Amino acid sequence: MGQTITQKILARHAGRDRVAPGDNIWVDVDTLMTHDVCGPPTIGIFKREFGEDAKVWDPDKLVILPDHYIFTEDPHARRNIEILRAFAAEHDLKHYFDVGTSRYKGVCHVALAEEGFNRPGTVLFGTDSHSCTSGAFGMFSTGVGNTDAALIMGTGKIWVKVPETMRFVFEGTLPPWLMAKDLILSVIGDIGFEGGTYRALEFDGEAVFDLSMEERMTLTNMAIEAGGKNGIIAADQKTEDYVRARTDMPYELVASDQDARYIFEKVYDVSTMEPVVAKPHRPDNRATVSEVAGTKLDRAYIGSCTGGKYEDFLAAANVLEGERVQVDTFVVPASTEVSKQLREKTLNGKTLWQVFLDAGCKMGHASCGACLGGPVDTFGRTHGTEVVISTTNRNFPGRMGSKQSAVYLASPLTVAASAIHGVITDPRAVLA
Amino acid sequence: MKDRIEGKAYVLGDSIDTDQIIPAAHLVYSMTEPDERRMYGRYACSGVPNDQAGLPEGGKPMTDPEAWTSEYTVVIAGSNFGCGSSREHAPFALQVAGIEAVVATSYARIFYRNAVDGGFVVPFESRERLVEEIRTGDDIIIDVPAGTLTHVASGTTHLLNPLGDVADILRAGNVFEYARQAGFIK
Repeated sequence: MGQTITQKILARHAGRDRVAPGDNIWVDVDTLMTHDVCGPPTIGIFKREFGEDAKVWDPDKLVILPDHYIFTEDPHARRNIEILRAFAAEHDLKHYFDVGTSRYKGVCHVALAEEGFNRPGTVLFGTDSHSCTSGAFGMFSTGVGNTDAALIMGTGKIWVKVPETMRFVFEGTLPPWLMAKDLILSVIGDIGFEGGTYRALEFDGEAVFDLSMEERMTLTNMAIEAGGKNGIIAADQKTEDYVRARTDMPYELVASDQDARYIFEKVYDVSTMEPVVAKPHRPDNRATVSEVAGTKLDRAYIGSCTGGKYEDFLAAANVLEGERVQVDTFVVPASTEVSKQLREKTLNGKTLWQVFLDAGCKMGHASCGACLGGPVDTFGRTHGTEVVISTTNRNFPGRMGSKQSAVYLASPLTVAASAIHGVITDPRAVLA
Repeated sequence: MKDRIEGKAYVLGDSIDTDQIIPAAHLVYSMTEPDERRMYGRYACSGVPNDQAGLPEGGKPMTDPEAWTSEYTVVIAGSNFGCGSSREHAPFALQVAGIEAVVATSYARIFYRNAVDGGFVVPFESRERLVEEIRTGDDIIIDVPAGTLTHVASGTTHLLNPLGDVADILRAGNVFEYARQAGFIK
């Protein structure tokens, strides 16, 4: 019996030839990532358990990317940045990306890719549930809490239960009105938001390998929204090209065996799929855009680790160019690199940044922004009964701030098309 | 982990995500400084929509707005409890509020792991759905070695799934103590 890519990577990091789903193993960690929300308590637990003067197991493998509560006056949030800064200085961490400096990056999952920390065959843990995003690079990555992160910080090891794998094969050619967000919202709608609990979600098929790295990250990012432990896509030439352009660190190409065992398999023909949304208040509450078209909106939001990458904005800009938004539309680049590209790259002679400004969008600074609500002064946060269409990844009650607001999740194309009409709008209506 | 957990039940529905258990705006507080730490008890489950807070009637906050801890000891919930973000602040907030155990039909993976590895609350799985059977405020007794939950008012006893491998971590107190006892760390 063969093994899946997830099994193989975990086995290699446990010093074994093979592992089986259900095995509890201790693995060696290649990269530990934390941020401003979970970093300070992780540091607190690390010091409590290993001592005030304890050393990080390998300072070069610890990446700290403050990104959540950056552009806020909240004194506690600012204090938490100070804790990260002091810890980075104390341990001489070269991978600390400080706020208020040219090193500041923005959303951790996007920055991990941009800065070359995502490498095929490696194992990454992050104190954020969307750490599964990195699986787009043919690696094992998952989210953990502060306690587990502190254990890794001190030892470089953590216990893992080897997951079963579900395989999703996307065949055919993606039509221009569909994006990776439509594919993953369809998967979550099909299997339910606990359909992947404790499992690896492996994405395969020609339509997946036709996607750019950024779009692949949208797929793996939302594995957690089906309860998944990790999302994963085997590395190919595109992956290698992306990684080689950003790091000299070694990596290893790993693929599932032909006779690997999957607990579930589903094949999609992308040429027949439709644009979809997740209706309030669950990411698996899927409907086709045509089913909810005409729903009145108060706000649109384009941003986050899943919907705030360069190509997300390029897609939205193609719809917004020459148009005016009819509802408040917030644009929040995931990273400073994305922000830079929006100011440099052009569409019909205008920078993308200018396209958004001319369409009447409100432009924010690179960060997690209002994806998770956050402090009351967060840009784009809801405070009342707003109905929002958003490129983000969660729509639980209160996720974007107010418990009374209602969030529809959709692709950047669908969000942009809806923004210019003030009601949920099928992107096919504006791309035609 | 105690052998016997008893107190009042606080009943919630399905898919209670970590934003409902502790809204993101509150994640800024220190988890160790006493003046800030207690805020997690005050705001535990404050993100649950009012009509869903304390079933069946709703409208019952886990912790009174002026209080620091809750009058409830055991959370009773449906499926996929703790889904969403990986914030360890969620099981921590329940613990600070005074919750000792959660009894749900299923859990999201990271919440379950955080509850166990940090030793915050004991996450039991019930074999049957108890959300419609138990009312917020009812007295509950959990016999941990026997793996049973008794609803005092009706006298009925329900089976809980065995804790399995994680029982060792819960008995040790947290993953650090477990790893020391097992010889993985010093």
